[in-house]
Amino acid sequence: MSSRAQILAAVLANQPAILPMPVFEPFSPQGSNNLDLFVATAKGIGSTVHFLGGISEVKQLIHSNFSVGRIISPMAELSDVAETDFADLDAHTLEDVELGVFKAHFGVAENSAIWVTEELLGKRVSPFICQHLMLLINKTDILQNMHQAYDKIGTANYAFGTFIAGPSKTADIEQSLVLGAHGPRSLAIVILG
Amino acid sequence: MIQTPKDHATLADDFNIDEKRVGWHDDTLWWIREKRDKIAWQVPDWELLRDAASNIKDHVLSNLNPYLLQFEANAIANGITVHWAANAAEHNQIVLNILRSKEINKLVKSKSMLTEECHLNDFLADNGVDVIDSDLGERIVQLAEEPPSHIVLPCIHKKKEEIGELFHKHLGTPQGNSDPQLLTEAARHHLRETFLSRKATVTGINFAVAETGEFVVCTNEGNADMGAHLADVHIACMGIEKIIPERKDLGVFLRLLARSATGQPITTYSSHFKKPRENQEMHIILVDNGRTKQLGRADFRNSLKCIRCGACMNTCPVYRRSGGHSYHYAITGPIGAILAPNLDMEKYADLPFASTLCGSCTNVCPVKIDIHQQLYKWRQVIVQNGYAPKAKALSMKMMAFTLSSPFAYHAAGKMGRIVLKYAPFTVNNKFNPWYKQRDMPDVPTASFGEWYQKNRNNNEQ
Ligand code: SF4
Repeated sequence: MSSRAQILAAVLANQPAILPMPVFEPFSPQGSNNLDLFVATAKGIGSTVHFLGGISEVKQLIHSNFSVGRIISPMAELSDVAETDFADLDAHTLEDVELGVFKAHFGVAENSAIWVTEELLGKRVSPFICQHLMLLINKTDILQNMHQAYDKIGTANYAFGTFIAGPSKTADIEQSLVLGAHGPRSLAIVILG
Repeated sequence: MIQTPKDHATLADDFNIDEKRVGWHDDTLWWIREKRDKIAWQVPDWELLRDAASNIKDHVLSNLNPYLLQFEANAIANGITVHWAANAAEHNQIVLNILRSKEINKLVKSKSMLTEECHLNDFLADNGVDVIDSDLGERIVQLAEEPPSHIVLPCIHKKKEEIGELFHKHLGTPQGNSDPQLLTEAARHHLRETFLSRKATVTGINFAVAETGEFVVCTNEGNADMGAHLADVHIACMGIEKIIPERKDLGVFLRLLARSATGQPITTYSSHFKKPRENQEMHIILVDNGRTKQLGRADFRNSLKCIRCGACMNTCPVYRRSGGHSYHYAITGPIGAILAPNLDMEKYADLPFASTLCGSCTNVCPVKIDIHQQLYKWRQVIVQNGYAPKAKALSMKMMAFTLSSPFAYHAAGKMGRIVLKYAPFTVNNKFNPWYKQRDMPDVPTASFGEWYQKNRNNNEQ
């Protein structure tokens, strides 16, 4: 018997009588204002938050913080400040990217996580390999919690998606928090509108 | 009296030689436990969330066969190759075969307790494959040639000076420098090279969604993603119990996992892998390795609900003061002490006894596993099967005799007090493992029985 058949048979023989799938309650919201909670949580885990009016202000923010180094973004609107046609490059060639700028689907107030999927990233590795990361969300796209987040994602057919909450970090050395483990050293969240 | 040269008590003794380090270890873990409390209390309905998670997992275990089939079918439809491994050896061989078929002999690996359980690194090293662990804590213990001592915080037992020494030796950092910022930066450069040059990666899996065939990997460092998105071959390994029914169930588990683990609102990255990249090969290995057996043990089945957050170790008074290595098993702490005897009851007979049964683990567990009750039940199974650690077996026999005989109970109490008062060393010896690393309390001058007799007499007078 193959291991597959053997494992499946053993599971079937040993699983107990069926217990029902729970119906979860609509869990209570945390705080009364999603935007305030989002901003406070984001700052609390080391992100910076910028309220901007539009793309020209985004460009100014990029200019004032990143005068040197390679900048990538799949957003056509940023083609004068960033490389926008990197999707067909080999992923390894992005190793020297200083800043990556990406539009995101939405943010989650309770943990400041931001949902992005492959088609917004150009390449999967791009929000991880860059030294600094900038994510753009609309003010109206801030949800309360992860339940609302998955309601919104629904049955979307992405190939890869990730929640990003803050810069990459580690506290493996005596629990001292260090930002910039393997991924970006900083996360700038731009809230538009 | 000592059962094997490496049982929990002996290893805890080793750890306790350095009292200051024990205090530091204890305090650090308790600090993480407090962070967990603080953040959990901010979430309204935290207890309802734990209930939901627990009930989802109960449901999954009761319907695991169809969910595994559903997950497999969807993952295959997504372009992922699915493998099944009955045990650790088969799992390791599958990994090696995939690597050999691509003529790859270098691997970068992110954290996976399953691969620790299977001793994948040793097996691959014996077969000429170079493995680099990319989680910083795991890389540190790998350089130190030690196993992780905690499932979430692999090098929680190490002082920064020791890490500075290791990095000086292996990565060329300045001698005597133990600044966490500098050491992390050195590791960042070293591991970036690794990510850029390795063609294959192994990751663990936190959750596998039956409904969609996708799997979720959570990290703070971004190491799983750096490995996976740069490698031509991604091998993801999971125990068969990691299945959840639907994507929306992730909402429940992702709210609980990082808060319980480290007191963070969520891990930095919660990555959902559904399909391989163009020209990338993606494999999933579904591993049994004793899980179906545990599923059949009604008393211990609940242990399969574990989401490996580590909260039960952070809170455990025994773990905090004995260190992760004293458990001599890949999964440390209270949950490890339930999982290990399922694999080898004789070898791990000591572990369910490494607990005070205080129940703190059960109180913090995000999926509401009745951890301390299972530890208590394992003790009975182990004793019934004749595997009790010998010192424990002797004292338990004595206790059973004492408690069943009123005369012996009173006599033993009196004797105990006399012995304690005049010859404390005879109690605090290796025959009596409960008194290790503990100062004996002052001896009461009268037992409750004597006190009651005296007072009753007084009252009657
Ligand atoms: S048993 Fe519970 S508390 Fe312990 S690691 Fe597993 S999920 Fe976390």
